[in-house]
Amino acid sequence: MRCLNCKYLKIRIKFIYMKTKILNSFLLFIPYIIFSQTIFKGMIMDKNNPKDNLGVEGVSVHWLNTNVGTTTNEKGWFTIPYKEEYKKLVVSYIGYKTDTLTITNLKPIHHFLTLESELDEITIESKRNAVQKNSFATANIFTVNSEELLKAACCNLAESFETNPSIDVSFSDALTGTRQIQMLGLKSPYILITQENVPSIRGASQAYGLTFTPGTWVESIQISKGAGTVVNGYESISGQINTELVKPFSDNTLFVNGYANRNGRLELNTHFNQKISEKWSTGLYLHGNYRGEKFDNNGDNFLDMPLANQINIMNRWQYTDAEKGWVSFINFRYLSDDKQTGEIDFNPESDKGTTNAWGSEIDTKRFDFTAKVGYVFPELPFQSFGFQFAYSNHQQESYFGLRNYNISHESIYSNLLFNSIIGDTRNKFKTGISFTHDGYNEDVFTNTYNRVENSVGAFFEYAFDNLNNFSYTAGLRVDHHNLLGTFITPRLHFRYVPWEKATLRASVGRGIRSANIFAENQQLFASSRQLNIENANGNIYGLDPEIAWNYGFSYLQKFNLFGQKADITLDYYVTDFENQIVLDWENPQEINFYNLEGRSIANSFQVEVNYNLAEGLDLRTAYKYFDVITDYKSGRLQKPLQPRNRFFANLSYETNNDNFNQWRFDVTFNAVGAQRLLNTSANPAQYQLPASVNGFELLNSQITKVFSKKFEVYVGAENLTNTRQQNPVLGSDNPFGSNFDTTIVYAPIFGRMIYTGFRFKIK
Amino acid sequence: MKKIILIAIVSILSFTANAQEKNKNAKVTFEVDGICGMCKKRIETAALKTKGVKFALWNVKTHQLNLIMDERKVEVGTVQQNIANVGHDIILKDKKITATLEAYNSVHPCCKYRDSEIVLDHEGGLKKQKKKN
Repeated sequence: MRCLNCKYLKIRIKFIYMKTKILNSFLLFIPYIIFSQTIFKGMIMDKNNPKDNLGVEGVSVHWLNTNVGTTTNEKGWFTIPYKEEYKKLVVSYIGYKTDTLTITNLKPIHHFLTLESELDEITIESKRNAVQKNSFATANIFTVNSEELLKAACCNLAESFETNPSIDVSFSDALTGTRQIQMLGLKSPYILITQENVPSIRGASQAYGLTFTPGTWVESIQISKGAGTVVNGYESISGQINTELVKPFSDNTLFVNGYANRNGRLELNTHFNQKISEKWSTGLYLHGNYRGEKFDNNGDNFLDMPLANQINIMNRWQYTDAEKGWVSFINFRYLSDDKQTGEIDFNPESDKGTTNAWGSEIDTKRFDFTAKVGYVFPELPFQSFGFQFAYSNHQQESYFGLRNYNISHESIYSNLLFNSIIGDTRNKFKTGISFTHDGYNEDVFTNTYNRVENSVGAFFEYAFDNLNNFSYTAGLRVDHHNLLGTFITPRLHFRYVPWEKATLRASVGRGIRSANIFAENQQLFASSRQLNIENANGNIYGLDPEIAWNYGFSYLQKFNLFGQKADITLDYYVTDFENQIVLDWENPQEINFYNLEGRSIANSFQVEVNYNLAEGLDLRTAYKYFDVITDYKSGRLQKPLQPRNRFFANLSYETNNDNFNQWRFDVTFNAVGAQRLLNTSANPAQYQLPASVNGFELLNSQITKVFSKKFEVYVGAENLTNTRQQNPVLGSDNPFGSNFDTTIVYAPIFGRMIYTGFRFKIK
Repeated sequence: MKKIILIAIVSILSFTANAQEKNKNAKVTFEVDGICGMCKKRIETAALKTKGVKFALWNVKTHQLNLIMDERKVEVGTVQQNIANVGHDIILKDKKITATLEAYNSVHPCCKYRDSEIVLDHEGGLKKQKKKN
């Protein structure tokens, strides 16, 4: 090499190169300068790109709704003309997700592409409205997603249904403040409540279980009316509610929610999520609530709301290996919940077990472990198998005045399933086997009841979809249970599209369950009523299993009204019991449990109209009619404390969310019709109630202000009209006497309640 | 001796021919033109109705149709023709299978993917969808 020259040569080359570069850039700029346009530039990168600078060549970039576009160079850079009206930049490249970026200034952007994964495509459904009316699922299922859950007043699963017309919420008694949900006119023990498809609120947790899942842990809720699916078991009778919890991979890295209300309730939720590696991520979720103030606004000497505190801790682990097809979730959860209620002067230290004052404490400790493993065959996305395993240990110690009630419930659930197709994806099937175990130890006043339940079962469900206008699923389950015997529970669902935007559905199914009469009705212990069980030599407390058939029809029609989207749904469902454990409390001095002799049928009819009035303004209305009759020993009667007519309306408005500066408003109106009360004619005059009560109205409202992507504040009111039941506690002047009854509740106990809270999140 | 070698060669050849067995779950991908959810349904249904096709997934944005089919029962060409018959063009590396005008006209007016105006219209629709999400 001619080294004397080479240094000079190198410098010259560099200079020429730079000059050329400058010249080239300048040349590039000339047309823009001539036409005085501004330039916008940026770099598109891929984390996995082998090139040093991560830039991706050939990525297409264009302004949305225009023909102005370009592609990135070999270093991943692009330059594109800019005008102020260009707000959205579309970045697309084959094999990657197409991104639409909001551009508000000329600062060069650096954007990472994300791979379009095939598994993702199969499992993600696009969500539009907060409550998604599904035209395509065969069963009558609708999904409530996180937007809707935010509208709820508060705080846990029990309160998440207030803006939903299909679930009716009422109070189970005057003391514990426990909300009870109903679907199709039947109470929650007849609804199968699952958490991520594992049966969760049942047995010992039936009464208060909904308050054991904090609202912020819930990602979405799927509500299914009528006979559910055979895959989750045989216990669902009037419907199924499934809650999906937030997942470590997709939840915020940090989330904090604080809540306070005027009746002294304080809540704090904190989520921490961390990605450990490409495949593992974990989340720690903490919940605490506390109510330490005593309120007695109706002057009956009894606390309107219980003193309470709860600690709830969950640790989740999520494993995803999209390439190999493995997905797994592992959950650990510990809960400790204490409630104290009764007379205001009641002091557990000195008054428990005495007649100084009437009080009640309910202490619960619970541990849950759940593991789910799924495997999708990498070459066959329609074939997969899954395994679910859950263990729970529930300990409740409680007393109601001088009556003790303790229950210990250990439960194991395991389910192995296989999904595949016959021929092509129009014919799908699921099959599997399951094993469950439940061990109960109960102390009911002075008696002890022990019970062990084991079942092993197999199921097969076939689903056909002609991809046009007809689909059906036919499922059959056979189980062998040590106490319920060997039985089959078939479930059939049909869906037909008669014309555009209309969906007709029908379902029929059978369900069977063992009634935990004490755990499900423990609020009745807070009374002076005597407990009687008519022993029929059955296997469960001397009684027989509850068996029912459910069938129903549903018609959904979507249409446009004045250019805006609307839909109307008509539902009619019937639940007909072959056997039911009749809870007969028509005699004010007694609670009687006996096997049904005769008929017990719940008819429910619902018409729902939803209308998108304008951008961001949605109206939801529903009218429901219930006709629930049972043959009691005293004759055929309508179910007590069940309004026959209900009307619901919800108006929600949200402003534009472009810069995360948003307002959200929500108002819910409920008109509850007349209700038949329990028969109290045998009581002394001052403890008698009318045979029925008139209807009343309720109003709830909430306002949320979103300040940024990270922070929002909300303020709301429940029961704005201050509607209250006059004397919820019968015999409050003499709680240890023979006319004490806190169970005849038909309206809210506490009046107007104002609350406020904040949400802080870091993605 | 020659005969034995001949037989041996023929047997080996037939074995190698058999060794290239038709795949029961062959993965095939090709581009199909279309623009919306309705097109997706039409394309996937046409593919699935073809006997031997087990799984079909069409991506609205990339226009890629992923199929899993039993090669012993059906050929790619048949599937492509069935899709063209319901009105969608197949774009392959070296050629294009064009749907007949009659078939193209049978699709829903909002799906007319050959019309560039309608394509832009859909991209605007996508923007609205993303906003609501």
